[in-house]
Amino acid sequence: MSKKEHIRNFSIIAHIDHGKSTLADRILEQTETVSMREMEEQLLDNMDIERERGITIKARAVHLSYQADDGQTYDFNLIDTPGHVDFNYEVSRSLAACEGAILVVDASQGIEAQTLANTYLALEHDLEIVPVVNKIDLPSAEPERVCKEIEDVIGIPAMDAPRISAKMGENIHAVMEQIVALIPPPQGDDDAPLQALIFDSYYDSYKGVIVYIRIKEGTVRPGMTIRMMATGAEFDVVEVGCMGPTSLIPTAGLSAGEVGYIAASIKSIGDTRVGDTVTDANKPAAQPLPGYRKVNPMVFSGIYPADGAKYGDLREALEKLQLNDASLSFEAETSVALGFGFRCGFLGLLHMEIIQERLEREYNLDLITTAPSVIYRITKTNGEVVYIDNPTNYPDPAVIQTAEEPVVTAHIYAPTEFVGNIMELCQDRRGVFKDMKYLDATRVDLHYELPLNEIVYDFFDALKSRTRGYASFDYEMLGYVPSQLVKLDILLNGEIVDALSFIVHADKAYPRGRRIAEKLKENIPRQLFEVPIQAAIGGKIIARETVKALRKDVLAKCYGGDITRKKKLLEKQKEGKKRMRQLGSVEVPQEAFMSVLKLDE
Amino acid sequence: MIQREPVGLYIHVPFCRRKCPYCSFYSVAADETYMDAYLKAVLYALQKLPYRYDTVYFGGGTPVLLGAKRLCRILDAVDICSGAEISLEANPCAVDASLLRGLRVAGLNRISFGVQSFSDRELSALGRLHDAQQARYCVQEALRCGIGNVSIDLMLGTPCQTLESLSESIRTAVSLGVPHLSAYMLKIEPGTPYWRDQVQNSCPDDDSVAELYRSSVALLEEAGLKQYEISNFARQGYACRHNLKYWNCEDYAAVGPAAHSFLDGHRCACPAELDTFLSDPLHCDLVEEGTVSDRERAWEYAMLRLRLSEGLPLSAYAARGGDASRLLEHAEPLIAGGFVQYTGGNLRLTVDGFLLSNEVTVRLLD
Repeated sequence: MSKKEHIRNFSIIAHIDHGKSTLADRILEQTETVSMREMEEQLLDNMDIERERGITIKARAVHLSYQADDGQTYDFNLIDTPGHVDFNYEVSRSLAACEGAILVVDASQGIEAQTLANTYLALEHDLEIVPVVNKIDLPSAEPERVCKEIEDVIGIPAMDAPRISAKMGENIHAVMEQIVALIPPPQGDDDAPLQALIFDSYYDSYKGVIVYIRIKEGTVRPGMTIRMMATGAEFDVVEVGCMGPTSLIPTAGLSAGEVGYIAASIKSIGDTRVGDTVTDANKPAAQPLPGYRKVNPMVFSGIYPADGAKYGDLREALEKLQLNDASLSFEAETSVALGFGFRCGFLGLLHMEIIQERLEREYNLDLITTAPSVIYRITKTNGEVVYIDNPTNYPDPAVIQTAEEPVVTAHIYAPTEFVGNIMELCQDRRGVFKDMKYLDATRVDLHYELPLNEIVYDFFDALKSRTRGYASFDYEMLGYVPSQLVKLDILLNGEIVDALSFIVHADKAYPRGRRIAEKLKENIPRQLFEVPIQAAIGGKIIARETVKALRKDVLAKCYGGDITRKKKLLEKQKEGKKRMRQLGSVEVPQEAFMSVLKLDE
Repeated sequence: MIQREPVGLYIHVPFCRRKCPYCSFYSVAADETYMDAYLKAVLYALQKLPYRYDTVYFGGGTPVLLGAKRLCRILDAVDICSGAEISLEANPCAVDASLLRGLRVAGLNRISFGVQSFSDRELSALGRLHDAQQARYCVQEALRCGIGNVSIDLMLGTPCQTLESLSESIRTAVSLGVPHLSAYMLKIEPGTPYWRDQVQNSCPDDDSVAELYRSSVALLEEAGLKQYEISNFARQGYACRHNLKYWNCEDYAAVGPAAHSFLDGHRCACPAELDTFLSDPLHCDLVEEGTVSDRERAWEYAMLRLRLSEGLPLSAYAARGGDASRLLEHAEPLIAGGFVQYTGGNLRLTVDGFLLSNEVTVRLLD
């Protein structure tokens, strides 16, 4: 057999928490790629947040050698994929680099929203699906039922699927053998013009951008000049190789069918877009590989340092994050209320949360974020079409001819008992019911069309609390629909606070305005002067609350000549003021800005 | 050697018959053996301290529990200037006529009774050991035996207190003819039984306490007891000279566990442990690193002076390195809001300003 015959390129796809990363770890163990001593839980997830949340944010890949029962040694390239809808495009590029996918399904949970979404993606790429039922060690495991569910819902044979426990290391060998037996080896011509698909990249401070590629056609070697077909950028290849589980292993070259990396002193990750095709600058391919598109952010939010002096630090942190995450966009913006900050674009809600968390955790920044916004399409009376991602820029209603908002098509998977709750929630979020399918006797797939701006708010939390965490959710952009939108302003002491303005459907404006006013009242401390809080549309006040003036804040007694206590108290009070935003005469704590993001509580 | 200016002396007497449920200060049970040992330690410390005193203040705890004999021995050992103010905190339950006369002879000329209230209902809620009758008796005896400056402590915002009951207490105090009165707002500190039992819930809320305070100030003013500090009221010439040293950043020495001193720019505290004090009566720790810087000195002076009705003389603030024009700038909205006044070169807090003095001070001195 030729070398190619011994290559297996595959991904593992699963719903969140179904054990994808644990299975990856076990596969690494089985191939003895990593010694037990080196084995750290979930080796492929190497960001802290990934490990804590049990999700994979960025794809990773690793090269393994496996001695199969037939006595032959196989080269496995395991390409880990992010499990979440926000990173759909990254998933699809990773899948495009494979010939097969292991579908991991939890033996007690069965098929969930992302199981299906990812499976469909894999089928779109004509991948061979190898179903695996995991967590058979759990008392609630029902592997037979789940296998049947896979056959019924997905329509692939599953009765022979390995029943495994990745956690206990049980039956992993069967998975390995199925990879060899079922997943086809790659094709391709080593001598054809180079076509290599970029499926991931990251920034290394010594080598520059490291590009993860799958060679479809041709060969790449150090010294070659390569061209990125979408961006046109050219680089001289310094090093190529494959990905060991803990370090990169340089090789003499990579040829068709292989998965590996290229280092070419690339300074900017923007030059190495996921999905782009790498070719030989001197002998370019006629066509790039299909499917490239630039990913566009869907959710926007203002991010400001809680301490204005940290603006520079925030910019630096965002720049560093962007080195590894080309889908993060940001540009400077100013807010009267919050000072200098950044308008950031994210692929979705999870992406937004992750970025915020990483900024706070890895860069030790205290942040104030504004309510997430989507992009509205506004057609003005003069025919001009504008896209608005920041409520501050929302045009005067007098010049708006039509306003449109993005909608998504959403699937919610849940036990039947929660159908009522979910429908109520979707109704409340202006959802349009499409249909409902029974996955089996106890579980349904609810299909809704929902305005994106209703789900960027706190939809996940609301869904989880209404279904005791049992529902799973997946969505995809559908397009724009006309909508009755209004801009809601919040006024403190008669002054509009730009950072609290947002765009909302007219029917939602009153309750939302009232709720925000109430939340602010709870979170703005009493001060020397009374603070009126108002919600307004245009000039019309639709809700009002008042923070009464503070009446008593005094240390009555300094005991036994101990004035240091009073000094400390005042110093603490002074410190506390630093965390407040001064808006006109009103001091607003950071929590007040955050409280309006979670109105459902 | 040039004789230095006299300073104040604070003597902390940590003994109590029993701890009041709202008290978070250091105290121990009154025990004869301990009190003798304490006396010895105080005498030792006084002998070593190289100061003359123009005010002496026995605070506690319950200093009067030491008894006339011990208190007199302490006073005998203190190098007191003529005309010095000698002050003692006392509990009505622990005082009788002979004790008062003994102390008077030993030079005591000011006594401050922890009356707290003239309502028996409030007193029992406060866990005090005396009743209103006893309190009246003590005050009358003290005045009768010639202790010129008799003061009463009242408490504002205690459980079950109403505007009516407080006014009644103030009227009683006034009718007794005391020339000085302190009115403290109850603050429930963590770690006290009051905190644990969530007594706050049965106390008047902040807005009501503000009302109680305002009306107390007015009632006392009417009776000729003028406010001179956030919590202190006196007839002309009866302000507590010792306490004024605190607000004026003047020097005072300290003896006794948990006592604080301020000497030559250094703020020190004796450890809040009776045993430590007994074994090393002169031991005290610097509370602040080194001496305070000029800027801090101005800040400290300002925040202390702002507690006084007289207010902060901007010239003195500037002389200490403070930025007077910046202060005035900060004062502007506060003057407009009625929290601060600026007259005769002094910035002073109004009654509303006193009620919010933490916030107002922080804003002024930002």
